[in-house]
Amino acid sequence: MRQRSLIAITAALSAGALTLTACGSRDSGGDKGSDSGGTVVTIGVDAPLTGDLSALGLGIKNSVDLAAKTANKQKYVDGVTFKIEALDDQAQPSSGQQNATKLVANKSVLGVVGPLNSSVAESMQKVFDDAKLVEVSPANTNPALTQGTDWATSKKRVYKSYFRTATTDAIQGPFAAQYLVNDAKKKKVFVIDDKKTYGAGLAGTFTEEFKKLGGTVAGTEHINPDSKDFSAIATKVKNSGADVVYYGGEYPQAGPLSKQIKAAGAKIPVVGGDGIYSADFIKLAGATAAGDLATSVGAPVEELASAKEFVANYKNGGYKEAYEAYGGYSYDSAWAIIEAVKKVVDDNGGKLPDDARAKVTEAMQNVSFDGVTGKVSFDEFGDATNKQLTVYAVENGNWKAVKSGTYSG
Amino acid sequence: MNELPQQLVNGLLLGSMYGLVAIGYTMVYGIVQLINFAHGEIFMTGAFGALSVYLWVVPNGTTMWIALPLMLIGAMLVAALVAIGAERFAYRPLRGAPRLAPLITAIGLSLALQQAVWAWYPEAKSARTFPQIEGGPFHIGNVTIQTGDIFLLAAAPISMAVLAYFVMKTRTGRGMQATAQDPDTAKLMGVNTDRIIVIAFALGAIFAAVGGVAYGLKYGQIDYRMGFILGLKAFTAAVLGGIGNIYGAMIGGVVLGIAETLATAYIADIPGMDKFGSQSWADVWAFVLLILVLLFRPQGLLGERVADRA
Repeated sequence: MRQRSLIAITAALSAGALTLTACGSRDSGGDKGSDSGGTVVTIGVDAPLTGDLSALGLGIKNSVDLAAKTANKQKYVDGVTFKIEALDDQAQPSSGQQNATKLVANKSVLGVVGPLNSSVAESMQKVFDDAKLVEVSPANTNPALTQGTDWATSKKRVYKSYFRTATTDAIQGPFAAQYLVNDAKKKKVFVIDDKKTYGAGLAGTFTEEFKKLGGTVAGTEHINPDSKDFSAIATKVKNSGADVVYYGGEYPQAGPLSKQIKAAGAKIPVVGGDGIYSADFIKLAGATAAGDLATSVGAPVEELASAKEFVANYKNGGYKEAYEAYGGYSYDSAWAIIEAVKKVVDDNGGKLPDDARAKVTEAMQNVSFDGVTGKVSFDEFGDATNKQLTVYAVENGNWKAVKSGTYSG
Repeated sequence: MNELPQQLVNGLLLGSMYGLVAIGYTMVYGIVQLINFAHGEIFMTGAFGALSVYLWVVPNGTTMWIALPLMLIGAMLVAALVAIGAERFAYRPLRGAPRLAPLITAIGLSLALQQAVWAWYPEAKSARTFPQIEGGPFHIGNVTIQTGDIFLLAAAPISMAVLAYFVMKTRTGRGMQATAQDPDTAKLMGVNTDRIIVIAFALGAIFAAVGGVAYGLKYGQIDYRMGFILGLKAFTAAVLGGIGNIYGAMIGGVVLGIAETLATAYIADIPGMDKFGSQSWADVWAFVLLILVLLFRPQGLLGERVADRA
């Protein structure tokens, strides 16, 4: 009996340890901004700065930092100095919500860029909305965040303080399906997702369009994001006779998944959304990733004329990490906040009003400027009006743009 | 069903890895009745030890046939040192304290080791790629086996044979059995129990290190959190096989690995079960199996053979 009760205690303790790891260290990179007098406005950043998704998260943080520094250098808003406060959400909704409360408590925060994950955004939206603090995500693609849970049938905006510069999965999934059926001539797909808000949503909108275009689904599977062993699924994929795999999820799982599918003997491309569009995907998937595809929001940053300056400045900024998939969108998100602050300050005779947060949120709705990723403005739901997407393929160990376009339903 | 042989091999490979790590849980438990929850992290440090040897000791471009044995030695050294350090500084001062105390220390140590690798190992904040053995996969009928998996397929039985020989035939091994059965009497008979305990920790760490290298070769990447879930699974395997029994650890691991794989592959095909069949449910089925075994055979699959405890 003693043994058994010991095992019960250990089981309980290990469950406790699981929750403990969810709240680890956090990084406070907010020591920027040379105070040259005047008002200090903080732009909050929430992104995974550690853990599996940190490559994308650090790209977001650095890009926002660059936007703040650029605004300060240009003295873009008279009498206002921008600085950033970056918090680490480790891609966990619970950490994201804690960070949101922390940012709300800091009175100098007038806008927040982030988060990366749609599931994290879900936990933060209400906190920000209650405080009338504007949140601009460079990366959330789940349609429900702006258009409500019944977005497919009746669109309804839930939070007035939430905006995003990225386009949604309602467009991204079908865009991939159109490319696969019309351009790549694929007919039989095996659909895998990680059951998270982002992954499942993407897989859902993809499957619908793929079937509509005449393709068939050879099988569906859901993976456990904590696992690294996908051999059972890889074997199923191989035996299903599918000619392409669609994965709704992110690169930490997509990389090993692609590798194991190829290793099982299925020489077919793995296709995903912007969540796998990262250099780390190629690193994790190894040499057999050649030919894998990803869709990502917008046109390739490197090819847009408007982005040249951003790329050059980022390089000169001395950032250790790459700007990754969302760098341009993060810069534009931060810049949207800067524009909104400028409007509010200008309207108030050069000073910040008392209800600055509410005013900034209001001003955000009408922000419009030429950003890194093209024209930046928001529709009545807070979604980006720019609905461009690009298909990328892995070639010689790098992502290479294959086809850019605007989705037409 | 033509994929069944492949799925069984998939399960066997996954299970062998669980088994290699489970040995450490079971040996330490058998001797000091302590569940060393930091053992998953010892597995992780072993993998990082191997990577360090590859990056900084072996000259660039060395073939894996030469590099791999050196990496294995590096992994074992690092893991054994971490385990011995843990025993000396985290567990020995608490010997004789209520059982809960070392258990909590173990969990603290587990987090500390994770964070240490996260903070100090270069670029370990996200996954690091692990060197691979060259050469294509092997095909036996319908079954494909990766080059990296051959290592695992060989390592598990060899490790078991070495361990069995050590425990059964050597003086130290018999000392272990004696300490496991009755530490006080063993001490009176002249067995240096402190030494035996250190050896148990080090041996468990060495097998975990082999598991860590196998993990790196199998998945091509290692990260600072790789030991946590795998450690829990290996602990489950040890309980499933009968904690304290070294053969039980390996059998428990293999049973668990195969159960997970088959659940992923086939449960969805059972009518009405399609919602519970994907890989996201594999852990659930693994624990259902554990609960069933504990309900009907509380001592685990091989828990009865007390004489084998070591």
